[in-house]
Amino acid sequence: MTMGGMVQNLTESLATMLDAPLADAVVFGFHIDGHFLLETLLVVAIAFLLLQKSYQPQKRPLTEQEVDQLCEEWVPEPLHPPITKEMEYNPPVLESAAGPRTVVNGKSVINLSSTNYLGLIGNSKIKEACNAALEKYGVGSCGPRGFYGTIDVHLDLEAKIAQFLGTPDTILYSYGLATASSAIPAFCKRGDLIIADEGVSWGIQNGLLLSRSTIKYFKHNDISSLEKRLEEVFQEDQRKRKALNRRFIVVEAIYQNSGLMAPLDEIVRLKEKYRFRIFVDESNSIGIFGKNGRGLFEHLNIPVEKIDIIIAAMGNALASVGGFCSGSSKVVDHQRLSGAGYCFSASLPPFLASASIAAVEIIQQDRERQKMLQENVAFLRRNLSEIPGLTLGSDPLSPLVYLYLAKSSGSFAGDNAILQKIVDQMLEKSVLLTLKKRSVLDKCKLPTGIRIAVSASHEKSDLLAVSLSLKEVVQSILSS
Amino acid sequence: MATVPYFVVLTTYFSYGLLFVIGHLRDFFRSLFYKDRSTAEGYAPLCRDFEDFYTRRLYHRIQDCFNRPIASAPDAWIEVIGRVSRDNNQTLYRTYQNQRCLNLSSYNYLGFAASDEYCTPRVMESLETFSPSTCSTRIDCGTTVIHQELEEMVARFVGKPAAMVYGMGFATNSTTLPALIGKGGLIISDSLNHSSIVAGARGSGAKVQVFQHNTPSHLEQVLREAIAEGQPRTRRPWKKIIVVVEGIYSMEGELCRLSEIVSVTQKYKAYIYLDEAHSIGAIGKTGRGVCEHDGVDPAKIDVMMGTFTKSFGSCGGYIAGSKELITYLKHVSPGHIYATSMSPPAVQQVISALKVILGEDGSDRGARKLAQVRENSNYFRQELRRMGCEVLGDENSPVMPFMLYNPAKIPAFSRECLKRNVAVVTVGFPATPLLLARARVCISASHTKEDLDLGLEVISEVSDMAHLKYFPQMESFSKVKSV
Ligand SMILES: Cc1ncc(COP(=O)(O)O)c(C=O)c1O
Repeated sequence: MTMGGMVQNLTESLATMLDAPLADAVVFGFHIDGHFLLETLLVVAIAFLLLQKSYQPQKRPLTEQEVDQLCEEWVPEPLHPPITKEMEYNPPVLESAAGPRTVVNGKSVINLSSTNYLGLIGNSKIKEACNAALEKYGVGSCGPRGFYGTIDVHLDLEAKIAQFLGTPDTILYSYGLATASSAIPAFCKRGDLIIADEGVSWGIQNGLLLSRSTIKYFKHNDISSLEKRLEEVFQEDQRKRKALNRRFIVVEAIYQNSGLMAPLDEIVRLKEKYRFRIFVDESNSIGIFGKNGRGLFEHLNIPVEKIDIIIAAMGNALASVGGFCSGSSKVVDHQRLSGAGYCFSASLPPFLASASIAAVEIIQQDRERQKMLQENVAFLRRNLSEIPGLTLGSDPLSPLVYLYLAKSSGSFAGDNAILQKIVDQMLEKSVLLTLKKRSVLDKCKLPTGIRIAVSASHEKSDLLAVSLSLKEVVQSILSS
Repeated sequence: MATVPYFVVLTTYFSYGLLFVIGHLRDFFRSLFYKDRSTAEGYAPLCRDFEDFYTRRLYHRIQDCFNRPIASAPDAWIEVIGRVSRDNNQTLYRTYQNQRCLNLSSYNYLGFAASDEYCTPRVMESLETFSPSTCSTRIDCGTTVIHQELEEMVARFVGKPAAMVYGMGFATNSTTLPALIGKGGLIISDSLNHSSIVAGARGSGAKVQVFQHNTPSHLEQVLREAIAEGQPRTRRPWKKIIVVVEGIYSMEGELCRLSEIVSVTQKYKAYIYLDEAHSIGAIGKTGRGVCEHDGVDPAKIDVMMGTFTKSFGSCGGYIAGSKELITYLKHVSPGHIYATSMSPPAVQQVISALKVILGEDGSDRGARKLAQVRENSNYFRQELRRMGCEVLGDENSPVMPFMLYNPAKIPAFSRECLKRNVAVVTVGFPATPLLLARARVCISASHTKEDLDLGLEVISEVSDMAHLKYFPQMESFSKVKSV
């Protein structure tokens, strides 16, 4: 007999057995027979099994003594790693303003470190504006924007920048570094998608991290790599239909880390094709590019509406401190309640807002500075390009000029040591240069180099002198 | 905090429920008649409906109570700029009609916000020498002699071997914490810690746990469990644990129970990070913050953080600690390496304010300011209590929130006070828990006795209107008032 037959037989005999005593029993008009009983029994059995706790190995909580002992035994790492020679870096200490020439150790030096692109440090109009503001408002605002920390000059500056850029609205942040790290998480949350350049500065990296969105990186300033990433996303969409999420491309106009210029027009074409929004950091281009100095988008004839979010630090061309984010009124209004660095930090000191207003006015009126800057950049690059042992990085138009070792020593630290020697010796020759420094927290792994910030107010003779000294120094160091 | 009366709980929930229902009804009708065309085809909306529901349906109704612009220094009296709306509070326009108001809102504890006989001339001098900005980071050419001077002074003031300054208080926290701790580490944070600490903790990659606000016993429990269990999944021991607390909690007015917390962290070998944003300069006999107030040796605090935006009337923040810690942070912290250095005139403001506080300006103004803010705070707090308001916070703290509870009382209180020329801060959800909307007063050394009495009188009157006197009024209030 088959197994099935046996079971059938068994249930049938069981059913008749159970049927017998209850034959014809009717409860509430419901005929009760063995079938019914069996099924009830089964249901009860299943319920019983379901209610049982699943098997778990016996877990005994630690006793107090055991916890005490564990706490006793625990040895934490020190708060910070041991101090190495490399950490003990003493930056130059300035005894006067960080203008085209400054004073270090009592000596006048040519300053190529300050991103004072338009030469507005020391500008008398700006100082006048600051003095008036200091007298009227004091220094600090003593409160966040929400709680009586909004001062009329903040509103004026926001309106001024919006008018300057041609955007509907602008929001101020009290610090450049906090701008990207607040603005990005205000719009991108978990589940959203950001495609960013791998060379973005730390402030943006921090914003990307805090947003908890999915982040994909493309090769530094490589448009085909960006397109590949976009295409990947598109392909994945085709395979799996998902709810629409917010998508951003994040780039810098002129990269702080390399001085390269983003091909913004192409990126805008791509972002429209793939339906992304775009977030551009114009920190190193505002006031410098375009017919009216509005930035890279103007230089490339991109209508400002096509850039969804523009941010910039005011610590460069505007010779002030702070940052702003500009865009549609929706973009701005949303940040007023959800930009962490906006809501939970004291507002920009009013005198710095006044300084920025004055700076924007100067940029609007005085187009000469921009021309001077471009001339100086071209002049310096011409001279630097002839230095054996170094190569020029960065875009030909970029006011940030990077110099790299033509022959790398093979390691980051090795290159760093050589370049630092060059920088140190240049200071002895009264030229203040800087080596690009990288925090261990920074994910951008672009090579190290000497970073030169050109200003409109640099004298040509000074720039020439710098090139000549640099040639000498590099020669002596690389030959030894 | 006292328990919330049942009636209040009920009415508050009812109010929010009503706002919620009406908001959704309006959303529903809007979706019938109005098509949002601001989002282009194929794009997800920039803010989803549920994300800005609160903004559209709750906040906009009362947005005139926030972000009120002023046209003066945030001193004891301010010029509040009038605003009107022609579209039901959706947008506000400046009217250019200013209103002189008593300022009970700014963090101007020592009265350094306005121009000052000692500070301002020096600040202007530094502006002449250094310009408003260095346009550079601290490690390039953004370090001036006054930055160095300030770092030395801060170290001396807080009683630590070394210090470093940043250009923004928020960024001080958000860039220092990631430099101190990372994967494999644990940050144990007070449940009411400031958003900058939250940003720093999240940005660090360390695990974050919270302990009940200002409760050392719960901190101990969390620490014991954390150490006993180790890291999740792998069960490896934690690399290190940092406990983060604040000196004064700005929405509670409470002082940190520092000495108890320090004994817990020391017992369990956790590091302690103390954010003295509101307490430095504001409390302690000589203004040295909660350590001095609580009699805790600063040597026991591993990382001392503070800001210059409050008591010193400037901007920026500092970290103080051992020489090695500061050397390390200067090598790693992105706020030091990548950010524009603190504006030189702002640096000078802090130096000058510190000199006044330390009496190095050759006067006793600093000591008087410190005594004044303490006296003013205690007087104001005591009077509010006598009135029957439910005041939060501790003795000596210049921050004193008092409870409003019902959402409708937020705009009512704020607008009625403004009508009577008093500027106070009101806060509700989401800055506070749903039930616990409150008003907040910040007292300054620059308030005179008349200012305080005027403020009390107005608050008392408005509190009567809004039924804020949740506790029985004490006799002596009216007596004191009539003197
Ligand atoms: C505890 C705490 N930490 C940090 C900050 C941020 O300081 P700042 O306003 O200087 O950015 C604040 C200010 O609101 C604060 O209350």
